Amino acid sequence: MGMTMTQKILAKHAGLDAVEAGQLIEARLDLVLGNDITTPVAITEFDKAGLTQVFDKDKIAIILDHYTPCKDIKAAQLCAQARAFAQRFDITHFYDVGQMGVEHALVPEKGLAAPGEAIIGADSHTCTYGALGAFSTGVGSTDMAAGMATGLCWFKVPPAIKVTLKGKRKPYVGGKDVVLHLIGEIGVDGGLYQSLEFAGEGVAALTMDDRFTISNMAIEAGAKNGIFPVDDKTRAYLDGRVDRPWEAVEPDADAVYDREVVIDLSSLRPTVALPHLPSNTRTVDEAAGIPIQQVVIGSCTNGRLKDLQESADILKGKKVARGVRCIVIPATQQIYMDALAQGLIQTFIEAGCAVSTPTCGPCLGGHMGVLADGERAVSTTNRNFVGRMGPVSSEIILASPAVAAASAITGCITDPAKV
Amino acid sequence: MNVYKYGDNVDTDVIIPARYLNAPDEKSLASHCMEDIDAQFSSTVELGDIMVAGANFGCGSSREHAPLAIKACGVKCVIAASFARIFYRNAINIGFPILECPEAAAAILPGDAVRVDFKTGVITDETQGRTFQAAPFPAFIDGIIESGGLLKSLKARGVAK
Repeated sequence: MGMTMTQKILAKHAGLDAVEAGQLIEARLDLVLGNDITTPVAITEFDKAGLTQVFDKDKIAIILDHYTPCKDIKAAQLCAQARAFAQRFDITHFYDVGQMGVEHALVPEKGLAAPGEAIIGADSHTCTYGALGAFSTGVGSTDMAAGMATGLCWFKVPPAIKVTLKGKRKPYVGGKDVVLHLIGEIGVDGGLYQSLEFAGEGVAALTMDDRFTISNMAIEAGAKNGIFPVDDKTRAYLDGRVDRPWEAVEPDADAVYDREVVIDLSSLRPTVALPHLPSNTRTVDEAAGIPIQQVVIGSCTNGRLKDLQESADILKGKKVARGVRCIVIPATQQIYMDALAQGLIQTFIEAGCAVSTPTCGPCLGGHMGVLADGERAVSTTNRNFVGRMGPVSSEIILASPAVAAASAITGCITDPAKV
Repeated sequence: MNVYKYGDNVDTDVIIPARYLNAPDEKSLASHCMEDIDAQFSSTVELGDIMVAGANFGCGSSREHAPLAIKACGVKCVIAASFARIFYRNAINIGFPILECPEAAAAILPGDAVRVDFKTGVITDETQGRTFQAAPFPAFIDGIIESGGLLKSLKARGVAK
């Protein structure tokens, strides 16, 4: 029986010729990742279990990105705990304030993920590296502790949904619109326990940043991972970042899929998700006019250079509406510097935006843009759950950078073609 | 014992809001568990109570703080129609019992007296006089739970040092 991309990667890392959906395996890991919220819990479990060794100090990444630069004393204590652990084991890929970026933008940028690799991270959006043709998935802190100690993780081999992309997208339709549309179609548990395997002629036209955004939100459909085939764009992205050997994995011609979802990119409109689920999607036309008080442009979903370019194109020469706070957060220091060099940061500041050092901050209601009672934000982040960015009465509308920037100018949900 | 019943897609942001993740000790997590959808929960929950929910329980963030918070409240187990996959593995890895059973999740009502046999996966609603069969865990996962969690099982196997 043929295997999917995910199944082939898992089989290889489990040392097996073949695996099938539902099989429990133990796989060898190429990278184990954690952040300042999940790593301390992993360290506590690691120490409690009396563990004294890490499997490979070069294959662990610890990135302090959520509550950093530390928002309060408690957050500072967590970072200190992670910092001490990184020093104790001489962790090669430890990123602190000044070098750190939002982890799922930083890991690919630093060449820590490559096609065919198996990666776990104690952060649900670890599925982002599927954009590079890797198997990567979010796990918990105990999994991270076990992964750091052994280089192994247990998995149930997932069945797959084939997501076939066809057609050519129209202006102002990007990766965010594709993935919100997909989640709206299949629901927040539509991919539960499954892998999303992207395919079709529509893939080639997607930029790498589009693909990172799409894979990033696979978890929002409940999926274990969301994986793309490797093509010339992937190779160009990896060039100069990854110098170790890697292997592109293709699905078998007779790979078995539970079902296929076909998305005609030419039919998509800019898409938003209304409160309080990512599956509560509307086209921008249906949602137009809903008032907002805050805009967040950034995060592991949409804080990359192309996202900032699209936002700046719309904000150039315009002003953020009175009564709206627009917060722009480049996801990594490199993205920040590139945005500076291209004049994007100046455009944002002239438009009246606040520009922040990299942090996950507002996405999880941590800091750098928490909402008040009854306030509503349009955000390029990935979750609009109750209480995610502020009190339970606050609301989040998920959108692309283009829709977020256009809405910042008008103070309500706005079609970017209309500003 | 009491039954706390919730709907579909109970996400980890409501199980334990991110604003409390800067203090990951059990007592603090327990004191804020479920507060965004059930303000009374942490003050009324008692040792041995059971949580029952719909589909996709524990969706969203990978925070292990979520099953840790529920466990620290004294909740004996969660019965749901289905679990989000990271919550599912986190619960197993910390040795916290969860049972996937759509029929029981639909039928059990707040106030019912419920008994659970983790060995057989049989759930008995004594108030309604009905029994339900949850899918049993594969032996590999049973081994993790019986060892008291993932790290203990890896130590016992001599894989982790």
